Amino acid sequence: MTIVLGTSQSTAPLLQARGLTKRYGRVTALDHADFDLYPGEILAVIGDNGAGKSSLIRALSGALVPDEGEIRLDGQPVSFRSPLDARAAGIETVHQTLALSPSLSIADNMFLGRELRRPGVLGSVCRVLDRKAMQRIAREKLTELGLLTVQNINQRVETLSGGQRQGVAVARAAAFGSRVVIMDEPTAALGVKESRRVLELILDVRQRGVTIVLISHNMPQVFEIADRIHVHRLGRRLTVIDPKTYSMSDAVSFMTGAKAPIEMAA
Amino acid sequence: MITDVGDGRRGVQVEAALEKRDARVAEFDVSAKSPLRKLQHFLHANPTAVPAIVLLLAVAAFSLIVGSRFLSTFNLSLIIQQVTIIGVIGIAQTLIVITAGIDLSVGAIMVLCSVIMGKLAVMVGLPAPIALMAGIAAGAGCGGVNGVLVTRLKLPPFIVTLGTWSIFFALNLWYSASETIRSQEVARSAPFLQALGTSVDVFGARFTYGSFFMLMLVGLVWFVLNRTAFGRHLYAVGDDPDAARLSGIRTDRILFAVYVAAGVICALGAWTLIGRIGSISPQAGQTTNLDSITAVVVGGASLFGGRGSIIGTLIGALIVGVFRNGLALSGVDVLWQEFTVGCLIITAVALDQWIRKVSA
Repeated sequence: MTIVLGTSQSTAPLLQARGLTKRYGRVTALDHADFDLYPGEILAVIGDNGAGKSSLIRALSGALVPDEGEIRLDGQPVSFRSPLDARAAGIETVHQTLALSPSLSIADNMFLGRELRRPGVLGSVCRVLDRKAMQRIAREKLTELGLLTVQNINQRVETLSGGQRQGVAVARAAAFGSRVVIMDEPTAALGVKESRRVLELILDVRQRGVTIVLISHNMPQVFEIADRIHVHRLGRRLTVIDPKTYSMSDAVSFMTGAKAPIEMAA
Repeated sequence: MITDVGDGRRGVQVEAALEKRDARVAEFDVSAKSPLRKLQHFLHANPTAVPAIVLLLAVAAFSLIVGSRFLSTFNLSLIIQQVTIIGVIGIAQTLIVITAGIDLSVGAIMVLCSVIMGKLAVMVGLPAPIALMAGIAAGAGCGGVNGVLVTRLKLPPFIVTLGTWSIFFALNLWYSASETIRSQEVARSAPFLQALGTSVDVFGARFTYGSFFMLMLVGLVWFVLNRTAFGRHLYAVGDDPDAARLSGIRTDRILFAVYVAAGVICALGAWTLIGRIGSISPQAGQTTNLDSITAVVVGGASLFGGRGSIIGTLIGALIVGVFRNGLALSGVDVLWQEFTVGCLIITAVALDQWIRKVSA
C-alpha cells in the first residue's frame, strides 16, 4: 500500500466518528464530535485542556462508551464496549498514563490482556501461559523498534526509566496495532532526546502502513510530523487544518477561540 | 580529565585523583552509597528474600538459645502443624492483598463453613463428602457476597469485610445454636471430616495430612499466580486498576473471582481446622483473621497491592510459628509472644515501605 500524504481525502476514511456525545452529569465532555482518519496518515489532535480530546480518544479506543453517536471502521459501524473490542479491530492506544503495570515484567506488560497459552491440553485445560513465546516475541518487537537497550525482558517495568517505559508502551501498541495506533501525549513526560526517539518511532510505525493519531500539546512536534491537524474545541471538532498552509499561532488561535476558522476543511 | 574522575568527586584535587584514580573511584562507588542501595535493589527484585532470611535467622537464634529441644525434627514438624490453618487462610488473604484489598472476614467464613460441614454431616446425617461440598459452596457464597459488595457497590474491601465478618459470625452462632459438636461425635458419624488431622511419622517428624494439604494448596495457587493469565491479571489489578482496565482486563470480574476463590480456600481451611482440633466449635479460630494478615505482611506482601507471593506468606506463617514456639520453649511468658509478633509486623511494613522507595 502506498502512503498518501495530505491528499488522502480522495480515499475513504479508515476510522470515522459522527456525533459522538458523552455527558458526565452536567458536564458535556463530547458534544456531537466528529472525527475522520484516513489510511496511512498521521493525524494530530490538538485542543485546550478540557476540550474533550481525551474523551474522544477514549471513545475511539473503547475505554469509554459514548452516550450517542456512531463510530465507523472501514465504513462499517462498530461499537466498542471495552478496550478489548478496539484492540480486536486493530486499534491500539498508548495512554498518557501508559497503562503499564509496574510490578509486572516487560514481557508480561506487552501481552497484558492477550496472553498466549501453551498449545494442547496444558494451555486449554490448565491455562498454562507460553512464557517462552511471549518473551521471544516481546524481545523481537523491542529489537525491531530499536528499543532493546533494556537487557532483560523479564525486568520489572518499575525498574525502568520514564523514557524506557514510554518505549515499552509504544512498542506494545506498535506490535499489535495492525491498523491504527493512538498516542495520547507520548512525549509529555520525556526529555528532548527521548522525545526525539519517540517521534522517530512514530514515523517508523507509520512507514509500516499503520495509521497514527497523535494527541499533543507540543506544537513544534505536531507541525513537524502531522499530515493534518484536527482542532478540538468545547467538546467538538472545530476544524481540520493543513500544517503546511497554517502557522502554529493560527493553530493556537483556533484552539483557544481567539480566531474562528473560515471554512470547514476535511 | 574531569570526566575520568567522575561527578561525585568534583571537590577533590584533580592531580591527586590522577595518581590513584582507579582505586579511589571504585572505593567511592562501593562504600559511599552502594551496599545499602544494592541491598535495596536486591530485596526489591526478590520479595521473598527478606522473610526467607528472617526465618533462617530465627531458626538459628532459637537453636542457639533453646538448643536441641527446639531443633528436633519432632518440634520443627510440630511448628508446621501449628501453622497449617494460618497457612491455608493466609493463601486466601494473600490473593486479596495482592489486589490491594484486605479480607477481615476470612476467619468468620472458615468457622461458618466448618459449622455447616459438621452440622450437615453429624446432625443432618448427610454423607461427609457432600457435607464438605456444601461447606465449600457456602465458602464460595460468602466470598461472592464480599465480591459483589466490592465490585458492584464499589465499597472499600476493608469496610465490606468488616461488616461481613460480623454477619458471617452471627450466622455461624445462629446456625450452630452456639453449640460445639464434640470430637467423638464427629469421629463416629463423619470421620472423613477429620481426615486432614491424620498424622504420619517420617523419621521422627510428625506431619498431618493437613500439612501436606496446605503445601498442595500453596503449590496450586503459586501455579495460578505465576503461570496463568489470571495470576498476572491479579497483580496488574492490584498494581494499578486503571492501567489494568485500559489493558483490556475486566477488573471487576477478576476481583469478584478472587473473593470467591478466597471464600473457597477458607472453606478448605475449615476442613483442615476440623482435622486439627477434632471438634467443631462456633468459637474456634477467633484469631485467624489477624494472624492471616500477619502472615501475609511478614511474608513480604504489600498492603498497597501488586506485590506479594504465596511462598512469602507460607514463610511468614512459619516465622510467626517459629517465634511463638521458640519463645514458649524458652519459657518466656505468653504475653511476650504477642509483643514479638507485633514488632515483626511493624518491622515488616517498615521494610516494605523502604523497599518500595527504590528507584530506577
